[in-house]
Amino acid sequence: MRVAHLALWLILSLWSVASAQSRLEERHVLEGTSGRVLRILSTADLDVFAPYLAAFAAENPAIGLDYSVVSSADLERMIREGAGYDLALSSAMDLQFQLANDGFALRYQSEATQALPDWARWRGLIFAFTAEPAVVVIARNAVADLTIPTTRRDLISLLRDHPDRFEGRVGTYDVRESGLGYLFATQDARATEAYWRLSEVMGRLDPKLYCCSGAMVDDLSSGDLVLAYNVLGSYARERLAREGSDDLVVVEMQDFANVMLRTAIVPRQAGAPDLAGRFIDHLVEIGLRPDPAHWPLPPLSGIGNAAAPSFGPIRLGPGLMVNLDWLNRRNFFRAWENSIRQTVDAAP
Amino acid sequence: MTPQGSILRSLTLLLAGVAAVLSILSWLIVSDFARRAVGRAQDNVLAASVTSIAETLRAEMGEVQLELPYSAFSMLGAISEDRVFYRIVAGGRLLTGYDDLPGIAEGDLEIGRVAFATDDYAGETVRLASATRIVAVGGDPVPVTVTVAQTRAGITQVASDLSRRAALISVVFFCIAVLLSAIAARASLRPLSDIAGAVARRGPSDLRPLHRRAPSELSPLIKALDRLILRLAESVRRSEDFIAEAAHRIRTPLTTVRMQSELALREADTDADRERLRRIIRAVDESSRSAGQLLDHATVAFRAEDLVRDPVDLSQLARRCVESIRPTAQMRDIGISLRTDPAPVRGDAVLLDTAVRNVLDNAVKYSPQATDVLIVVGQSEGESFVRVRDEGPGLGTGDFDDLTERFRRGPTAVDHVGSGLGLTITRDVLRAHGGRLVLENCNDEEGNGACVSLILPSG
Ligand SMILES: Nc1ncnc2c1ncn2[C@@H]1O[C@H](COP(=O)(O)OP(=O)(O)OP(=O)(O)O)[C@@H](O)[C@H]1O
Ligand SMILES: [Mg+2]
Repeated sequence: MRVAHLALWLILSLWSVASAQSRLEERHVLEGTSGRVLRILSTADLDVFAPYLAAFAAENPAIGLDYSVVSSADLERMIREGAGYDLALSSAMDLQFQLANDGFALRYQSEATQALPDWARWRGLIFAFTAEPAVVVIARNAVADLTIPTTRRDLISLLRDHPDRFEGRVGTYDVRESGLGYLFATQDARATEAYWRLSEVMGRLDPKLYCCSGAMVDDLSSGDLVLAYNVLGSYARERLAREGSDDLVVVEMQDFANVMLRTAIVPRQAGAPDLAGRFIDHLVEIGLRPDPAHWPLPPLSGIGNAAAPSFGPIRLGPGLMVNLDWLNRRNFFRAWENSIRQTVDAAP
Repeated sequence: MTPQGSILRSLTLLLAGVAAVLSILSWLIVSDFARRAVGRAQDNVLAASVTSIAETLRAEMGEVQLELPYSAFSMLGAISEDRVFYRIVAGGRLLTGYDDLPGIAEGDLEIGRVAFATDDYAGETVRLASATRIVAVGGDPVPVTVTVAQTRAGITQVASDLSRRAALISVVFFCIAVLLSAIAARASLRPLSDIAGAVARRGPSDLRPLHRRAPSELSPLIKALDRLILRLAESVRRSEDFIAEAAHRIRTPLTTVRMQSELALREADTDADRERLRRIIRAVDESSRSAGQLLDHATVAFRAEDLVRDPVDLSQLARRCVESIRPTAQMRDIGISLRTDPAPVRGDAVLLDTAVRNVLDNAVKYSPQATDVLIVVGQSEGESFVRVRDEGPGLGTGDFDDLTERFRRGPTAVDHVGSGLGLTITRDVLRAHGGRLVLENCNDEEGNGACVSLILPSG
């Protein structure tokens, strides 16, 4: 069905790899009837985000869309350097927050954004439109005879007790490469002591390190991985639904689960902030819908329905900036490398 | 008398003015207080933030190390949605943070104490907090300055929200105060309106002192009123006495003169003497009559000033008048018949009696011997009336209303003693009661003659 939507659009270019845009991983240009174009810079893969674009295009046929996918770090750098985009959508809350804090975002207000709960917006500069938990994804056959872990403590014992099953087949974010991975890791480290023990246990199992959730899910479904920690639940579920497979189990940790808010800002250099505002309204309305079952990304309204008591979104606030300080970063990387990269470092 | 302003209104306005001033004052104070409180709250949190960062400072491997605690910034996020900036300088070199963030003048910084300043950064006003700590790196003391800044937009918003709420409360207070002012003004003026009411409710001839209990401020007024009433009562009594006294003083000598004249007439020898004495007697009669009528006229003028309105039935009043005049009528063989229906009116019985008596007197006086006078009393169309008709010469020709002028006597008056005041008195009495006098000649099957009607509103 998504393919059918895509077919409706005039796809001008795919996989643009020109050197000037070397950071762009994907780019889609959808022409509108008026000649006005909304330029979106995003970290969400087109696979996942296409329906949102399709729905907007259907409602606003006059507006053209230029959707580019980059990593969250590149997104932050490009906006800071003044790249001419009208809207920046990112999963790295801390980077988005710092952009807003440092004055790189334009203020926007509408009925839709007023309807957002307080935790989902900050100063009319930054707006959340999805709430996506970090999950553990496990290959069913690897733990067929064992109980599926629901807390980090269980996960640690599972990995420690069965190194044979997991050796070289455990994956997680490379926090040095992925902004989202770093965000999840720092939040974990702040919330629970178990994080460092888990990192050490994983580090002994020769873990594979990834830039993105998509790649982790790819390897999980191909069987290269049997367990991935801190995967975006939305990507994993979307993939499972697409392939109709039952091989993978998506587990939300019950002791503590990070919930990332995907956020939008209107960059200071935006040429069409009005169109950006309209797109934000569109995203927020979908995000606040009580039953957005048809959308690939989880709604904001899912927050609070979860059973786990510690389940809450990462707070949009200046606290996020702490992790971005280079001293804190350096210290965290040192600690992280010490725990997770032990085997890698040991065998140069 | 047009009232010159209202005490109630000016008192209410005055109190409302005071309330307005107090409301505005309290709003200003609360707003200022809110601004200060919010500002102080921000300073406290900034200080806590700076301190918590400074506490993590340490020397490690020959360099200054620190850990920005999550709480250092999250606590700033808790007070308002304001932007946060920071800068940490070790030994004059930027360690981390925003390089261009303004600092606090060296002189204001004191080791171990948090200093504050307000400055502009990133296009906004920011509040800065700064503290310096000495860290020993490899034996050398290195001063490290931690500066944390937060914009003021959010807290200004909070302060103005509070101020707006205070304004709303002030407005509500003001409205309540105005309401209470009006009630208070009314309550404090109540004794005054009570007294006014008590005076207004009095009957016209009620001249008793007020004898009211009143607030001390009003007792001079009450006393003055009481004195005035006493004087008035005194002067009324004196006037009445004077009229009665005057009538007596004039009539008594006249009676003597008349009696002596009559005796002289009986003993008079010549026709010329007799004629002369008859003229004297007639003149005395006229004088006596005039004196009586003048007194009645004065009484009418006096009593009409302040008319009593008692219920009076004209039919009974007419019957009494007829009885008192019947002897005179019988002497001249004049029959008086009375036809009455109840005819209630409100008024002064004494004056009404005078009015009716004068008309009856005319009818009997101007009727020839052996005729009839008919009196009809009744009520029609909301009016009560007394109609007196005789079989005499009638009122003549011309404008009858002239007959009601003072001292005016008609052509029929020849040979009859009179003063020309009777109809004047009657008309004045009726006017004072809101009624009227109708003079007609009646020419119908019952014969000719004067037909005089006294018409009064029923009551
Ligand atoms: N019933 C009547 N018949 C004929 N003429 C009348 C009658 N009533 C009044 N008049 C005329 O009207 C005139 C005015 O009357 P009025 O009663 O005022 O005065 P008066 O009778 O002359 O004097 P007095 O003051 O003594 O009554 C009379 O002089 C008389 O000419
Ligand atoms: Mg008369």
